Amino acid sequence: MKPDDPNIAWIEEPKLGLSGMLYLPLFVQGLTTTFKHLSRSLGGNVVTVSYPDEEPKIGNPLIYRGVHRLNKDEQGRVKCVACFLCATACPAHCIDIIAAESPWPDREKYPESFVIDELRCIYCGMCEEACPVDAVELTSLYNLTGRSREEMMFDKEKLLSVYDATKDKEPMKSPGMGGTAT
Amino acid sequence: MSLEFFIEPLIKIAIILGGLMTAAAYFVLLERRMAAWVQDRIGPNRVGIPGTKVRLFGLGQPLADGIKFILKENYTPAHVNHALYAIAPVVILAAALTTFVVIPMGSMIPSFKIGPVESKQPIEMIAAPGIDVSILLIFALSSIAVYGVILGGWSSNNKYSFLGGLRSSAQLIAYELPLSLGILGVVLAAGSLDLDAITRAQAFQGWYAFLQPLGFVVFLIAAFAEASRLPFDLPEAEQELIGGYHTEYAGMKLLLFLVAEFLHMIAASFLIVLLFLGGWHLPYITGDPNAETISWLTAAIRIGVFQAKIFAVIVFFMLVRWSWPRFRFDQLMALAWKIMLPLGILNLVAVAVVEELRHWYAPDGSLNWTLLTIALGWVVLVVGWLGVAISNPLVTDNRPRRDLSSVEVDSQI
Repeated sequence: MKPDDPNIAWIEEPKLGLSGMLYLPLFVQGLTTTFKHLSRSLGGNVVTVSYPDEEPKIGNPLIYRGVHRLNKDEQGRVKCVACFLCATACPAHCIDIIAAESPWPDREKYPESFVIDELRCIYCGMCEEACPVDAVELTSLYNLTGRSREEMMFDKEKLLSVYDATKDKEPMKSPGMGGTAT
Repeated sequence: MSLEFFIEPLIKIAIILGGLMTAAAYFVLLERRMAAWVQDRIGPNRVGIPGTKVRLFGLGQPLADGIKFILKENYTPAHVNHALYAIAPVVILAAALTTFVVIPMGSMIPSFKIGPVESKQPIEMIAAPGIDVSILLIFALSSIAVYGVILGGWSSNNKYSFLGGLRSSAQLIAYELPLSLGILGVVLAAGSLDLDAITRAQAFQGWYAFLQPLGFVVFLIAAFAEASRLPFDLPEAEQELIGGYHTEYAGMKLLLFLVAEFLHMIAASFLIVLLFLGGWHLPYITGDPNAETISWLTAAIRIGVFQAKIFAVIVFFMLVRWSWPRFRFDQLMALAWKIMLPLGILNLVAVAVVEELRHWYAPDGSLNWTLLTIALGWVVLVVGWLGVAISNPLVTDNRPRRDLSSVEVDSQI
């Protein structure tokens, strides 16, 4: 790249006016901004969330990506058909499925074990995008803590219990979210 | 050489040391709260009385910080020059603390008699009263702080620390000159190097911030740079220098550096208040400045006024920190040498002319003369500022231009 290349568009800085040379606008602007924020904060209008005392507000729980859950159908069976699409789509490879012959007549396979490593997950939501039967979904639970790595490997029972805990608050994200479930 | 001759200064020194250290700790907390408020946050407000649930707006935070620093491992890297490495924080802190020996903390308190303790004459609120060269002493000591910076940077045996130390020392040395020039006008006008005498002179002539606004501006900016606060805190520049001259320091040694920096800031605000904002003087309520004795009420009012001014200046320091962007190093040097120095000399010349004329025409300092002086001071401020800005704008734009196309450019870019 040469300086006289015709493809280069040379942009000249605007010339400093008198006020710019005096530096006064800089001082005035800086102090005005400071005092504006200071008065706003002293008036109690702060953006801090004092977490243990007050909970953060989740804007829209339907698009918040927190802890996973495995949905159940009307008969209380797990909806998952062990098609491995979610495990394939997962960029962090945190979903581990062992399929088995399904005991029910409406599908061929069902997951014998379905483990999501919540520590490895990056909460991108690609598994719920990939799921053809809307079995795996992300809830709006953000408070995910554990005392050991083993505790953070969520197996099938745990994921189903997350569904039981959140199904009243967050219905399945079916038609509105581009799903296929009824 | 009586016993009181030793006991009185010792008591004063103890009070000043304890007060300063506590003040430094709590000003750290205040600065954190200020930073939080300016950035729409709450700040540290959870640490209160230890062992209880009482929060007290976070007033226990300095105690927690101190305990944390004491318990930290005092780690010394293997590659440093041990003697210099250990001595650098001591030098810088000693220089910062000794400054306060000659700074008056208010005016004086009347003589008293409490049981066996008795003072025959009023007690000056200064650890070393009657020193006629306080300002010179303060300057000598604040120059010693540069040694601490250089030693810290050099002994760390680390290129980043070394560069940070060089930049910091260059900055401190460069800004000593405008600082002195800003003070010289005050010294000329007051006719004394003694801070207490300067305060009393302001009670008669008016505050020098109004009489010599140009000197005030120069001194204020130089004081910011001397205390290495934003917008001049290159020693601290986290992004580009990793941490400046105290990169290799940990635990208590680092705390000494940080406390010394805060003490510089407190000393700078003391000087600003004493030299330009009238010290303990407020019109009509602080009594006769020349009286030999004062009442307890007047003494209390003077001390209160003085502390309030100090606090206001320190709060201003902290607000400025979040207002303006940091200077680049070349801009910093250009500001010191090309702008502050001419302005300081202009202020000095103007003050000298005014003082000479006053000596001939108004030795008693009438009101009209004071108003004339104020008007002249502001005219000098405007003219000097305009002249420097137009003749020497601080544009350090080093991008290539179209007319520089003859310059060899590496075509591999």
